[in-house]
Amino acid sequence: MHRNLFSRSSDSGFTHPTIGDVTPQSLYLQRREWLRQVAAGAAGLSLAAWGAREAIAQVPHPGKLAPLAGGVSRVSGANTIEKITSYADASSYNNYYEFGTDKSDPAKYAHTLQTKPWSVEIEGLVKKPGRMDLDDLLKLSPLEERIYRLRCVEGWSMVIPWVGYSLAELIKRVEPLGNAKYVEFVTLADPKTMLGVHSRVLDWPYVEGLRMDEAMHPLALLSFGMYGEVLPNQNGAPVRLVVPWKYGFKSAKSLVKIRFVEKQPVNSWGRSAPQEYGFYSNVNPNVDHPRWSQASERRIGEDGLFAKKRKTLMFNGYEAQVGQLYAGMDLKKLY
Amino acid sequence: MPFAWLFWGAANNALGANPAEYLIRATGDWTLRFLCLTLAVTPLRVTLGLPELLKHRRMFGRFTYFYVVLHLLCYSWLDMGFEWADIARDIAKRPFILVGFSAFVLLTPLAATSFNRAIRWLGAKRWQRLHRTVYVVAVLAVLHFFWMRAGKNNFAEVFVYGFVLFVLLAWRLVRSSFWLRFVRLSDFTR
Repeated sequence: MHRNLFSRSSDSGFTHPTIGDVTPQSLYLQRREWLRQVAAGAAGLSLAAWGAREAIAQVPHPGKLAPLAGGVSRVSGANTIEKITSYADASSYNNYYEFGTDKSDPAKYAHTLQTKPWSVEIEGLVKKPGRMDLDDLLKLSPLEERIYRLRCVEGWSMVIPWVGYSLAELIKRVEPLGNAKYVEFVTLADPKTMLGVHSRVLDWPYVEGLRMDEAMHPLALLSFGMYGEVLPNQNGAPVRLVVPWKYGFKSAKSLVKIRFVEKQPVNSWGRSAPQEYGFYSNVNPNVDHPRWSQASERRIGEDGLFAKKRKTLMFNGYEAQVGQLYAGMDLKKLY
Repeated sequence: MPFAWLFWGAANNALGANPAEYLIRATGDWTLRFLCLTLAVTPLRVTLGLPELLKHRRMFGRFTYFYVVLHLLCYSWLDMGFEWADIARDIAKRPFILVGFSAFVLLTPLAATSFNRAIRWLGAKRWQRLHRTVYVVAVLAVLHFFWMRAGKNNFAEVFVYGFVLFVLLAWRLVRSSFWLRFVRLSDFTR
C-alpha cells in the first residue's frame, strides 16, 4: 500500500532512537573539533570571524609584557578547545637549564637574559644563508595564535596559547638545498647572563634537531610570544621552537642559529643520556621512559592533587596531523 | 614540623604549580635527612662523649620511617592513583623504584621493633643485628636518589647526602676494624 508521506500513522511517524543511534561522545567531540577547524579555516568568512572572536576571547592577557597579537590559525590542530593553563603557572614552572635545574629557577634568574639586539644565524645547506634580525623574523610571515598542548617528558602537561608562525615559512624563505635532510637548532649559551651554563648538567650550547619533513610540518611553530604578549625570558625569549607532538625538550628556547645539515644532528639530551632520550622523542604513551611511565600525565593547575592523572595521547593528540610522518617507523626503537 | 608545613602547603595550594611532585620530592628529602640524623647519633655520641644523645636515636628512626611511609603514600596515591597493578609493574620494571621500595621494606621490621619490649623479646644481640639493616637501607636510599637524578646529571644534592652517609658508615667501619684488631692483638698477648 502506498503511504502518504504527509500523513504518517502513529507507529511510523517518529522512530525513537536506540542506543546505537546516539552519537558517541568521542565522535561528537571530533565533530566539534572539525567544526572549529572549518570555522577557523576555509569555510565562509562569517564563520571565521565568529571563530576568531571565540579564540581571542578565551585567551587571557596577563598584561605583564609588550603585547604581541596573533590572528586565528587555519592550521589543523592549532586550536585545541581545552582549558588554557594559567599564565602564572606557565611562566613559573619551567625547564630551562641555562638558568638552573629547579623548575622555579628560570623565573627567578632569567631576567638577566639580554634579548635586544637579537639575531638568528641561518647556516649550512641553504641557498640564502645569513643573519636575520628579530624584527625581520617577526615580519617574515603573519603571526598566528596557536593553542597547543605541551607535554613534558617528565609527565606533566600544559595548554599554552603561543604566538608565531609555521617554521616552514622561514625554511621556504631560505631555500634549503636538496641534500639538507635535517635542521639543527642552536640556542644561546652565554655564561655572563646564564648562571646554569656554569654547571655541567649538559653540554652547552643546548642543541636540538628535526628531520626536514618534521620541520616543514605546519604545526611546527617558530614562536615569539604567548598569551598575546612577547615571550617571557624564562619561556625562551625572544624566539623559540614549539613542536607540540614531541616532548617539550625538543622545543628549543632562545634560538641563535638554525643550521641545515645532511646528517641527523646529535641533540643535547640524546648526547647526555641516549638510552633515555631519543632523537625523535615523539609523545608516545606506549614507550616508557626508563625511569617512569609515559602512559599518563598531570595537567598543571587543573588536575587536583588527588585526581587521577589523565591518559597521554599518541603524538600528544596530534596523530591525525603528524602520524603519516612516521608511517612504517618502529617507534619503540626510534623513540 | 616539616610535615605540618607540607600539610599546610597542600591544603592552601602553596606548593607551586605541581604540588604532587613537590610532596613526593619533599617527603623523600625528609626521609633522607632523618636517616642521616639517625645514623649520626652514635658517631656524635662517641666522638663528642655525649651519651644522652642516644635517647633521640629512636625518635629520629621513627621519623625516618614516618617520612618514608608518606613518601610511598604520595607516590602511590598522587602519582599512581592507587592503581595497584600499575604500581606493582612500576616497582618490578624500574630499578630506581625497586631500590627505593626495597629500602622501605627493609626499614619496616626496624620500625616495628623500635620499642623497649621488642629488644627484650628479641634479645639485645639479635635486635642489634636486625637493626644493622639500616646500613643497607642507607646505601639503597642514596642509590635510589642517585638514579632518580641520573637522567639529568644533577648530582649536587645526591653527593651531599651520599657524602654524609658515607662518612657515617665509614666511621663505623673504621671503628669496628680498629676494635677487631685490638681484640686480636689482645688475644695474642694473652
